[in-house]
This record gives sequence, structure tokens and C-alpha cells, in this order.
Amino acid sequence: MAELIVISTLNGVLFGMLLFLLSSGLTVIFSMMGVLNFAHASFYMLGAFFGYQLTRWIGFWPALVIAPLLVGVVGMGVERYGLRNTHKHGHVAELLLTFGLAFAIEEIVSMIWGKSPVDYRVPAALDFPAFTVFSTNYPAYKIFMLVVSVVIFIALLVTLKRTRVGLIVQAALTHPSMVGHLGHNVGRVFMLVFGVGSALAGLAGVIAGPSLVTQSDMAALLGPILFVVIVFGGLGSLPGAFVASLLIGLIQTFAVALNGSLASVFGPLDPSLGPSPLTDIWNVTIAQIAPILPYVLLVLVLIFRPMGLLGTRES
Amino acid sequence: MRKLIVAATAALTVLGGAASAQETIKIGYIDPLSGGGASVGEGGLKTFQYLADELNAKGGILGHKVEIVPLDNKTNPQESLVQAQKAVDAGVHYITQGNGSSVGAALEDFVTKHNSRNPGKEVLYFNYAAVDPSMTNEKCSYWHFRWDANSDIKMEALTNYMKGQPSIKKVYLINMDYSFGQSVRTAARKMLGEKRPDIQVVGDELHPMLKVTDFSPYIAKIKASGADTVVTGNWGQDFALLLKAAADAGLKVNWYTYYAGGAGGPTAIKQTGLENQVFQISEGVPNSGNKAAMEFEKDFRAKTGISVWYPRAVNEMRMFKAAAEKANSIDPVKVAAALEGMKFDVFDGGEGFMRKDDHQFFQPIYISAFGAPADKAKEPFDEENTGWGWRIVSKIDTDQTMLPTTCNMKRP
Repeated sequence: MAELIVISTLNGVLFGMLLFLLSSGLTVIFSMMGVLNFAHASFYMLGAFFGYQLTRWIGFWPALVIAPLLVGVVGMGVERYGLRNTHKHGHVAELLLTFGLAFAIEEIVSMIWGKSPVDYRVPAALDFPAFTVFSTNYPAYKIFMLVVSVVIFIALLVTLKRTRVGLIVQAALTHPSMVGHLGHNVGRVFMLVFGVGSALAGLAGVIAGPSLVTQSDMAALLGPILFVVIVFGGLGSLPGAFVASLLIGLIQTFAVALNGSLASVFGPLDPSLGPSPLTDIWNVTIAQIAPILPYVLLVLVLIFRPMGLLGTRES
Repeated sequence: MRKLIVAATAALTVLGGAASAQETIKIGYIDPLSGGGASVGEGGLKTFQYLADELNAKGGILGHKVEIVPLDNKTNPQESLVQAQKAVDAGVHYITQGNGSSVGAALEDFVTKHNSRNPGKEVLYFNYAAVDPSMTNEKCSYWHFRWDANSDIKMEALTNYMKGQPSIKKVYLINMDYSFGQSVRTAARKMLGEKRPDIQVVGDELHPMLKVTDFSPYIAKIKASGADTVVTGNWGQDFALLLKAAADAGLKVNWYTYYAGGAGGPTAIKQTGLENQVFQISEGVPNSGNKAAMEFEKDFRAKTGISVWYPRAVNEMRMFKAAAEKANSIDPVKVAAALEGMKFDVFDGGEGFMRKDDHQFFQPIYISAFGAPADKAKEPFDEENTGWGWRIVSKIDTDQTMLPTTCNMKRP
């Protein structure tokens, strides 16, 4: 049991950190611009495919730096030439723009790289077991993913809390017009934030690509859960996104690890033993409902605490 | 790009349908060409296109050319029905599908309804891999023919082999959460319980189908259960990723599988280092020793770059030709009548037959293990450049694979 707990915790934290890399950009963009960026997970996918392509051309390590920068540039382009122009037509137009963009990116990616998974491998330098707990190997690459995520988290936190740029961004989150009146170029701040947010998503893609599967539906697989993270954590709150990512990562991993069903709660009075059309429902295990748990959380949070865990304002 | 080609093909078939209907037999290939099932779906498409080319090179079927029309169903039953309708509208009278019994059941229902509503425009459904037993039992249809052994037949054979392996003490079941995965776990529990009551089932897992990208949590659970053997019906990405996670974690167990040979599977097995500990049950093996089959395998690999995953697809297409020739017609109604009860020499040798009662094809099946070849001359084929190949460890003859059916066939 101890073994299961340790390994599941590691796996959960790892998945949570990956979610955080993605959601940190999204939550800041959302709270600044009021735009639910549906294309955010598509930037993650772009990162993975850029990473794959650059790895083939120039190797993994240069790709790790260049691919996110490329995605960041794409993101800034989208903000500068897309969102900024639709801004005057209101949030719905912006929302629809990102919605369409998500589909466009998916189609473009599948046109270039095809629809089946590409062979994006863990770099040889990291392809070994890092350590062994309870006779289970833990791959070095996963540790690498964990370290990158933690470094990014700290860097983001320091930038936002300790630097002048961070100050302006934070101010723009809550009082965008006042920041504008004070002479800051809010438009440029928006563009930069959008670019950095996209680049972070791209970075998540580059490092997650070899570990998960790099294919044209990877954005659709991960996209919905990002919205759960930012709503659950609280809009615009980086620590909130961090806590929510970890929680959701752990919940999903542990839900898979746990045995037990609704019926087993009743012990010897197990209702599924009797003939009943509900037998199937009684016997659904926690592992089977693991994928929907985050969405149940989303609904509950929206009903009972609309500002999220650590959020300060209601959406 | 691929989608463009598919769209263009579809457009062309609509435009050119009227003119070439006399000449070409179109087979609608409805399987995933995108999403989680794409890797196996594309392999299947290559296989069928190769088989169509083979038939065409020998003059086609009764002088008619055979053409495969690829239709992407995203492993989604709803999408499959749209594609099937599209195919029928474009003049297709034969559809073939394999990946996903959820899709298979929907298509079986579709052809049954379509044929009763459109007499004279019948469509046949040739099933090469959807193995949910219900499709030839309670839900059986006259218009459906299945060339793959159904899941219960495979489990019967697999458990007969496992019965003789005293080292198996604790078994873990992990399957995809849909009709096929559920039938695998039910059959495994029942048959193991009967044949080896001493075996303990220490885990019974169903996971979302083709959605999981990281199986580490499941592997941790298998490890914690203390299982020495895992039985799984997983296919495509769900098998490759499961084994990949097992390799990463260093899980050392025996694997009894239905579809370890599919895309990415062999590579992942090699990674685990589990030589001769991963078993597969199938109706054919590349290193079968059958001369004609091994010649075919060689040419097939040279042209498509993949192995013959589907000997049953070879049986399907060749038997289609034989049935059409027997009926001396390419009319689906006459072909269906000719197929019933038809005997056929299968790809890897031996005789199989299409049982009239339920349209299930019975054939010799093999259990094979994956590892380094003992004799390179006799076992020339490896998989996915791993250096390892499949070796037959047990053969089950046709008459040993027969299971009764509850099918109450409604004939037209």
C-alpha cells in the first residue's frame, strides 16, 4: 500500500505540474483580457510538434529552447493581429476567434504531420531509470519534467511578485484602465503576456510530447481540463492555479489507484448482490469515474464558491 | 493532406459513380484514420489496399476491379453511421470494419435496417476484427460476416493454454471500457474460475477507451497488487502505451494479450525486456512456417512497411472473391448466400469455414510468444526492427475452437 501511495503521489504531482505549466498562462490571460482562450491547448500541441520537428533537425536540447519561443511568437501574432482587432467587437467575438483558431491549428497540424502519432522519443541522455522505490523504477525523464515545471513555477512567481514587469502585469489584472492612464502601454503588456502564456504552453508541449503521445488530437484531450484548473484555482491567481493543478493531478491519479465501488461501501449489505437493474451503477468503480471527477469539481466550485479556491473576484 | 485526398476520393466516387458502377467493386473501409485509433486504422487501410491490388493484378473479381474507399470514423459509432450512409450513397455495396465492437454493433444494426428498407440495394458488412461475441449471438445479422475469432473463442483458447502453466498464481485483468473490453473480463473471470480455481484474480480494471496517454497510475496499481500475470484485450495505442509505462516502471509479469502485435506493441515489449513473456492469440503468425504465407509476408512488408497484422483480412478478401465466383455474381445477396457455410483454406494453412448459423468464421488459431528467434532461417521475420519476432507456442485446430451460438438468424 505504501508503495502505491508513493508512486501515485509522484505520478500525481508530475501530472499536476504539467497542468500548471499550461494553466498558468491561461489564467493570467483570462483575468487580464477576459478572454477564455480556447486555443491555449492548441499552443501546447504546437509546442509538441515543433519540439518533435526541431528535435529531428537539431536535437532535443536546442528544441527545448527554440520551440517554446516559436510558439510564443505565434501567440503574440495571434494577439496583435487577431484578438486586438476583434477586441472592439466585445468578448464574444474574441471567444469565437480563439474557438475557430483551435480547430484551424488542429487541422493544420494534421495536414503537416498526419493524424497518427509521430515518433517523438525521450532523448537518449535522459532515457534511464532515475531511482527505484519499492522495486519500481522511476524514469529520469519524468524527474526532468518535474524539475522544469518547478523551475518555471518559481521563475514565474518571482517575476510576478518581485519585478517591475510583474507589478505592471498584476496591476493590469485588476485595474487595466488605471494602468493605461498611468502611461503604460497596456496593449503591449497584453501582447507580451499572451506571448509568454503561449510559450509556456509550448514548453509544456515540448517536454510532455515524448512522455505522452504526440498526435493531432492531443489538444482536445487536455483542453477541457485546463478550464477546470483555472476556475477551480480562482481566476488570475497563480498560486490558485498551482494548488488546483496539483489537486487535480493527485485526484485523477489516486482515483485510478483506488479500488472500491459505491456498492462496497455497504459491506455485507452490498446492494449489487441482489437482482436489480441498477447493478451496473452500484458496481462502477472509483477508477472508472476518475476521468469525470475534475468536471464534477468544476460544477461544485461554480455553485458553491464561484471565485474559486484562492481567487479574489467573481468571474 | 490525407483528409483532402479522402474528400477528393469521395467526391470523385460520387461524380464517377454512375459511369463506373459496372466496372468497379467498391469496398467502404470504415475505420479510424484520426485520433487514438489512427495507428491501427492506417495499418488496416494499407492491408486492404494491398489486398485489392493483389486481386486486381490477377484480373479482379469476375473481371471487376476492386477499389477500397477509405472513410474515417474516428472510432466513433455515430460518425461510422454517417460514413456508412455516405458510402452507400456513393454506390458502395460492401463495407468492412474492424476496430471497435462499439462501432461494429452500430454498423451491424445499420446494414440490417438498411437492407430491410431498401430491397435490391443490399449492403454486406465484412467484419475483420470487431470481436464482441454478441455480434454473432443475440445481435446476429444475416448481412454480417465475421472473419476474426470472437472474444470468447480467443479466451477459451487462451485459458486452455494458461491452465497448463502452473507458475500463474495471481492474475490482473485490465481492459478498455466498452463492450469488447467488458466481454474479455467477463469471459476471463468465468473461464479461469472453471479451469484453474486456484488462480486468484487480484485486479479487474476498465479504463477509458483510447483516451489514456499515461498508464503509470495503472501500472503502479498492477505492481501493488502483486500480480504475476496480466490478461488484456487492449489494442492500438492502449496496448503500446500500457507496455511503455510498464517498461518505464520495470514491471516484470507475464502478459496474455489479444493484440500485442499491433502498431507500437512490439517496440514497447522490447523495451520491457520481457522475452517470451508476452503472449498473443491470433489466427496467424509471420513465422508460421507456411511457405505461401511467408512469401506473402515478405512482399507485403517490402511494399507497405508493416507486418501482416490481419491474416484474417487476407482470408476475408480472398474468400470474397471465391464466394463471388461460386455465385457467379457480385450481387451482395448472392455473395451472402454463397458465403454461408463456405469452406476455405486459410492464409496460414489449414481449413476454416463460415458457420451458417451465425456467420462466424472458424479457423485454426495460434498462441505465440515474442522474443529473439532461436533459428534465424526458420523464423526470419522480426517486428518493428526490434530483432524479436513471434514464435508459435501452441496451435488450436479449427474443431477445438467451436463454441455454441445463441443466434436466431433471420433470413431474407
